[in-house]
Amino acid sequence: MAELPVNELSIIGAFGPHLSAKTRGTSADDPDKLVKTHCCFCGQQCGIQLKVRGNEVIGFEPWEDFPFNRGMLCPKGVKRYLQGSHPDRLLHALARDPSQPSGFRNIGYDDAIAKTAAEIARIQKEHGPSSVAVLGGASLTTEKTYLLGKFARVCLKTPFIDYNGRLCMVSAGAANKKSFGIDRTTNPWSDMVGTEVIWVAGSNVAECSPITTNYIWQARELGAKVIVQDPRITPVARTCDIFVPIKPGRDAAMFAGVLQLMIENGWVDEAFIDQHTTGFDAVAAYCKTWDVARTAEATGVPARTIHAVAELWGKAKSSFLFHARGIEHHSNGVQNALGTINLVLASGRLGRPKSGYGTIVGQANGQGGREHGQKCDQLPGWREIANPEHRQYIASVWGVEEKDIPGPGVDAYELFRKIDKGEIKALIAICFNPKVSLPDNQFVTRALEKLEFFAAIDFFLNDTALHADIVLPGSLQEEDEGTVTQVEGRVIKINKAVECPGEARQDWIIIQDIARALGRPHGFTFDSPRAIFEELRVASKGGVADYSGITYEKIERQMGVFWPCYSHDPKSGEPIDHAGTPRLFEPGSYNPVAKGAGRFYFADGKARFNVAEYRDPVDDASAEFPVYLTTGRVVSQFLSGTQTRRIGPLVAQYPEPRLEIHPRLAEKLGVADGDWATCETRRGAITLRAMVVTTIRPDTVFIPYHWTGPKSANRLTVAAQDPISKIPQYKVCGCRVKKADAAPEYASRLEAQQ
Amino acid sequence: MTVPSHLHFFIDPSRCIGCQSCVQACSECDTHKGESMIHLEFIDRARSVQTVPVVCMHCEQPTCAEVCPADAIKRTGDGVVQSARKPRCIACGNCVMACPFGVPEVYPDRLLMMKCDMCYDRSSAGKRPMCATVCPSQALFFGTHEEIAALRPQSRPTNVFRFGEQTITTRTFVMVPRGQAPAPLLDVTAAMGDEPQRRTVRLPIHGAVPDAADPFAEVEV
Repeated sequence: MAELPVNELSIIGAFGPHLSAKTRGTSADDPDKLVKTHCCFCGQQCGIQLKVRGNEVIGFEPWEDFPFNRGMLCPKGVKRYLQGSHPDRLLHALARDPSQPSGFRNIGYDDAIAKTAAEIARIQKEHGPSSVAVLGGASLTTEKTYLLGKFARVCLKTPFIDYNGRLCMVSAGAANKKSFGIDRTTNPWSDMVGTEVIWVAGSNVAECSPITTNYIWQARELGAKVIVQDPRITPVARTCDIFVPIKPGRDAAMFAGVLQLMIENGWVDEAFIDQHTTGFDAVAAYCKTWDVARTAEATGVPARTIHAVAELWGKAKSSFLFHARGIEHHSNGVQNALGTINLVLASGRLGRPKSGYGTIVGQANGQGGREHGQKCDQLPGWREIANPEHRQYIASVWGVEEKDIPGPGVDAYELFRKIDKGEIKALIAICFNPKVSLPDNQFVTRALEKLEFFAAIDFFLNDTALHADIVLPGSLQEEDEGTVTQVEGRVIKINKAVECPGEARQDWIIIQDIARALGRPHGFTFDSPRAIFEELRVASKGGVADYSGITYEKIERQMGVFWPCYSHDPKSGEPIDHAGTPRLFEPGSYNPVAKGAGRFYFADGKARFNVAEYRDPVDDASAEFPVYLTTGRVVSQFLSGTQTRRIGPLVAQYPEPRLEIHPRLAEKLGVADGDWATCETRRGAITLRAMVVTTIRPDTVFIPYHWTGPKSANRLTVAAQDPISKIPQYKVCGCRVKKADAAPEYASRLEAQQ
Repeated sequence: MTVPSHLHFFIDPSRCIGCQSCVQACSECDTHKGESMIHLEFIDRARSVQTVPVVCMHCEQPTCAEVCPADAIKRTGDGVVQSARKPRCIACGNCVMACPFGVPEVYPDRLLMMKCDMCYDRSSAGKRPMCATVCPSQALFFGTHEEIAALRPQSRPTNVFRFGEQTITTRTFVMVPRGQAPAPLLDVTAAMGDEPQRRTVRLPIHGAVPDAADPFAEVEV
C-alpha cells in the first residue's frame, strides 16, 4: 500500500523542494572545461555550453554557433545549471520506512535493485506479467526511451508501458499520422523568415517556446502577417495582426468556418487538392454546415475576424501554421489538429521553403520520445505493435520470438484506472510526475496508494515518488549522454558534463541492473548509450522514423541531423551517406512508403483530408459551473516543477500560481487584484491569489499547472480524454469562482515552491 | 581592450516578451557579483502584457557621473559608463536619484553603486553582453547599425531623448516604429466585439519628425 509513509511536511522537510543558490559562479572560479550540450527543458533544445569545474557544473556560457538558437536562451536555460549540486539531489537509494522522520531510509544501491527485482518477481509470479507497469517520459534521451520500451516488452513481458508524452504530443501525432503518414514538423524554423502569413493556434509561444518568438517576429519584420488564436492576449498575441479571441475548446469549429469561407471564395488550391490529396469532398460537405454566423456563435469570435482570417489565409502565397497544447489538450484534440491540417492541405502550401506546418513540441524529447517504443501501441522506428510485419522485424532485432512480444497496452491515464481496479499491482516510473501532471490528480493519488509495490527512478524525490517503496537515484541530463529530437525534427546530441554523484547511476544502467537482478539479462547488456543507439539505428531502419543513417559523429559534424536519415538509399537499396531530411513533402521527393507514387507517406503518395468534427467539451461550462477554466505554463517554470521549483531565481520570478481573471468578471464576483479567490470544479477546489487583467476573456479564468497539492491546477481539471489520442482535456472545463473568506491553510504552512 | 565604436546596444520594447532571461543572465556575468543590473518592468500588467527592458543608456554626458560628489563614476573612452569605483563610491545614492532612465542602484550590503556596464569583461573582449546574447526575442540586440537596419526594416534607432529642459544623447539606441504603428492589443473584449477598435500610434522621434502636442497622439485608422 503506497500511502505516504509519514506526514507530507516531514518528507518535504528532508527532500524538498528547497531552493538552490541564486548563482554559483564568480570570476575566481575558472572552469576546467566548457561542454557543448543542450538545455534540459523544452522541446526547442537550445544549444548551451556548461561550465564545469571538478565534478560540478558551475555556470553556463552561450553557444552562439548552434544554428537553432545562436546563443539565445530563456530564463530556464540560463539558470538550468543550478539543478546540479542541489541540496535535494538524491545521492543514495531510498527505502520507505515509516519509522524514520523523513519516511525513508538510505539503503545500498545493490540492495535497492535486489529488493525491486524481488518484488517484481513475486508480484508477476502471483498475478502474471501484466500486473507490472512502466511509466516513462519524453524528457529522457531517445536511447533511454528505446531501452525502456524494450525492457517492458522483453524483460517484464508486460504490455503496460506508456509515457508522459500522453499529456503532450499525442493529439498532434495522431493527426499527423492520419493526414500525412508521418509525424514531424515539415520544415526547419529558419524557413519561416520570409513567409507571408503565420497562424499560431493555441500556443503561448513567448512563454512555452521563447526562442520560436524570434523566428515568428523576424518573419513579421520582413512583412509576415501574424494570426494568433488564444483566449488570452499572450506576449506573442500583443502585436499580432489578427487576434482570434477563441472561447476555450471551440477550435475545430473555427477551422471549419474558415475553410468554408475559403471554399466559398475560391481560395483553395484545387490543382494541389486533386493531385496530392484524397478526402476533400467529405470535408467540404462537413464545412458547409459551418457558415460564419454559426461559427461566430460557437467560437465567441466575431464574424469580422473569421472573415479577416479566411481572407488573409486564403489569399496568401506562402504560409506557416503552428499549433500546440492550446488546441491539442482537448477531448476533441485530434479533431482540432486535423482541422488545422485541412486548412494547410486546402491551401496547397506545403513542402516548400517558405511554407509549412508543425506542432510546437513541449518536452525536451517530445519528438524522439514518441518514436521508438515507450508508447503503449508502438515499436521502434514509429512502428505499430499490432502490425505482424513490424513485430516480426523488431523480434528479429531483439532476438526474441515474435509471439513473446506483448500486444498493445493502454494510455497512461487508463493505466491508473487499472491500478485503481487492482489489475496493475506494481509500477516502475521514471521521468513522470503524475501526481501533479495528470488531471483530477486526487484520483491519481488514491490509485497510487493502492499499489503493492512502487519503484521510482529519479534525481529529486518528486511529488509522485513520495509514495514509492524503493527510490533509485537516477541521472540528471548533464550526467549522461545520448540523443534527443527537437521541435524541428533535428536529432541532436546531449553530452555528459559531470559524473553522477554519490550512489546515483545513469538511468540506462539502473534499468539494466533490474533486468539482471530479475535473471532476465538478455538484451540488456549495453555498455554505453552509444551501443544502445547503434541497436536503435538498426531497429528503426525501414520504419517511418528511420534513424539508420544517423551517427553521433554526423550529429556533431552537421550540428544535428533531421530524420528520416537513411543508411541505404530507400530507392536503390545502395549504402549512402545521407545528410537527413530537413524539409518534408518537397516536389519530387521519394519516400519508402509511397515508393515514388507521391510526396506523402501513404502507398498512393497522397495526403488525407479528414473530417474534423467539432464536439462540445466534456464538463463544459454550465449553470452550476458557469466559467471556463483553462490551464497552461509560465515562462519560468517547467511541467510539474520537479526541477524548476527547486531553482531559486526561477521560483523568485513567479513564486506561486495565480488565478488570471478579467476585471469584468472579477467585479461581478467582488474579487480585487491580489485577493484570495477559490476556483471550484466538480473534482475539487483550490484557493489562489487573483490576478485581475484585461488580457483574458471575461468568461474564462487561467491557472498555471506547475505546482502540487493545494496549489495544483490539476486538482480541478477533468479526466476526459480524446477518443483517438487519449490526451486529457486540460484546456477547458466548467468552474465557479468566488472570493475566499480567508487565506488558505497552506499559506502559513508551505513555502512558495512547496 | 575596449568596446569597438561600431557596436551598440539596441533596445526594442516592441519585441520584449517579459521572460526575464536578460535579468537572469545578467546576474551570471562575472563582474556583476551575482546581481542583475537590468530593470524589466510591466508597463501596467492589469491592462497589458507589455514589458520594457532597461539597460544602461551609456549617456554621452552621464548625469550619474555629473552629480557624483566622489567622482566615482567614469565613462571610458569607448563610451561605456562604468559601475562606481569601489574605493571612491560613498553609496550616497545621488546617481540613483539623478539618472533620468532609472538605471543605477545602490547595494547597501556592499555600500556600492552598481549598474549595467555593457558586460565590459565580455564586450571589451569581442563578445556580446550576456543579456543581448541570450534574449529570446532579441528585444535587446547588440551589433552594428547595418545589422539592425537589415533585421528591423519597420523601425529605426534613436538615441536622443528629452527630459524637460535636458536633452540627452546616448550610446545605447532605442528602436521606434517608422511612421504609424498598430497599437498593441490590450483588452480581449475589444477583439470580441463586432466593431474593430484598432488604432495606430505615432511616437515623436526627437529631431526626426515635428513634435506633436501629445507625445502619444493617437490617430484613428
